[in-house]
Amino acid sequence: MVKEIERAGIPVVHVCTVVPISLTVGANRIVPAIAIPHPLGNPQLDEKEEKKLRRKLVEKALKALQTEVDGQTVFED
Amino acid sequence: MSKIRVVHYINQFFAGIGGEEKADIPPEVRDGVVGPGMALNKAFKDEAEIVATVICGDSYFNENLEKAKDEVLKMIKEHNPDLFIAGPAFNAGRYGTACGTVAKLVKDELNIPVLAAMYPENPGVDMYKKDLYIVETGNSAAAMRKAVPAMAKLALKLAKGEEIGSPAEEGYIARGVRVNLFLDKRGSERAVDMMVKKLKGEDFTTEYPMPDFDNVPPNPAVKDMSKAKVALVTSGGIVPKGNPDHIESSSASKYGKYDIDGVMDLTAETYETAHGGYDPVYANENADRVLPVDVMRDLEKEGVIGELHRYFYTTTGNGTSVANAKKFAAEFAQELVADGVDAVILTST
Repeated sequence: MVKEIERAGIPVVHVCTVVPISLTVGANRIVPAIAIPHPLGNPQLDEKEEKKLRRKLVEKALKALQTEVDGQTVFED
Repeated sequence: MSKIRVVHYINQFFAGIGGEEKADIPPEVRDGVVGPGMALNKAFKDEAEIVATVICGDSYFNENLEKAKDEVLKMIKEHNPDLFIAGPAFNAGRYGTACGTVAKLVKDELNIPVLAAMYPENPGVDMYKKDLYIVETGNSAAAMRKAVPAMAKLALKLAKGEEIGSPAEEGYIARGVRVNLFLDKRGSERAVDMMVKKLKGEDFTTEYPMPDFDNVPPNPAVKDMSKAKVALVTSGGIVPKGNPDHIESSSASKYGKYDIDGVMDLTAETYETAHGGYDPVYANENADRVLPVDVMRDLEKEGVIGELHRYFYTTTGNGTSVANAKKFAAEFAQELVADGVDAVILTST
């Protein structure tokens, strides 16, 4: 799906836990997520901390979207 | 001659430990066969025997990759195998990548023949087909009966160091290896034959298929995020409570488009996941963990992004064919363009 969105001309960032799959699928901007059943959350944190964590990931995703890339790029910390 | 010693790798599901709720179990090793190993052992006749089975949860393996690799390799090594087999993983993505990763690791570190088995669309295939013999299977465990004899046959050949035939003969997925061979007709003749067939509209088989790369170059970055319209898309199956369009929990044949105008937060009362490929507890409790609507609303209010697009698109990425996923996205990407969306955040579980 990532590739088809990119093909349509819209920059897209893939936030996902299993980065090797994202690379195989052909995503160009990749942000590694937390865990498979809760990519943008962590149920062990209290609600406020969890939302903070989620915000950090979304901000990272937005930063990736504002970064020019030549090819497949994984945005680590 | 003593029997060939085989170590077998399977996931928590095929070990009978549990489904997605057990996908986070760390690796363990058991003596002898577990689950599908039984059928493999039988197919080996008396030539080989599974001496140990290593089991690991699919989520554990992929989330703790380096640690899991070390642990699993140690367990395999302890049993001194002559041959290593992983799977079959069918179309289970995380299981397939785990099988491929372990098989490659064993091949490199222990220098013994290895074998995996998967459905051609499993992401583990593209990652490892160049390095490994991967027997082609159907897309679900229903294909086990067909997979086992093909695996056993190729495994024995590999263990005995026998010559391996072409992918079509042996039933493995083409690795892109070119082999020299002699034919009766010379190249020019064969090329002209193919050309004539092509002109007549007849079927012909190329001797050198072109690889299908199909990479899409990245689009330019968003210049001004504070004016951008950003859309959310997910393969994590987030849907309004009750799954009104009945998106399938696996092998999805459709996607959903849902209006989130005025929705500030996804709650347990209003949204859930339809995905059958991961433990749904956390997403059902709070779907923002998969589709971050709450945070996007905050960022919208603060002016970090221009606006959150009023629709999100969703499907379940669980065993869904590449052809379907491609079709879904090709369709809704046009809508996103028409709606003036500047950027997309796609989340996957």
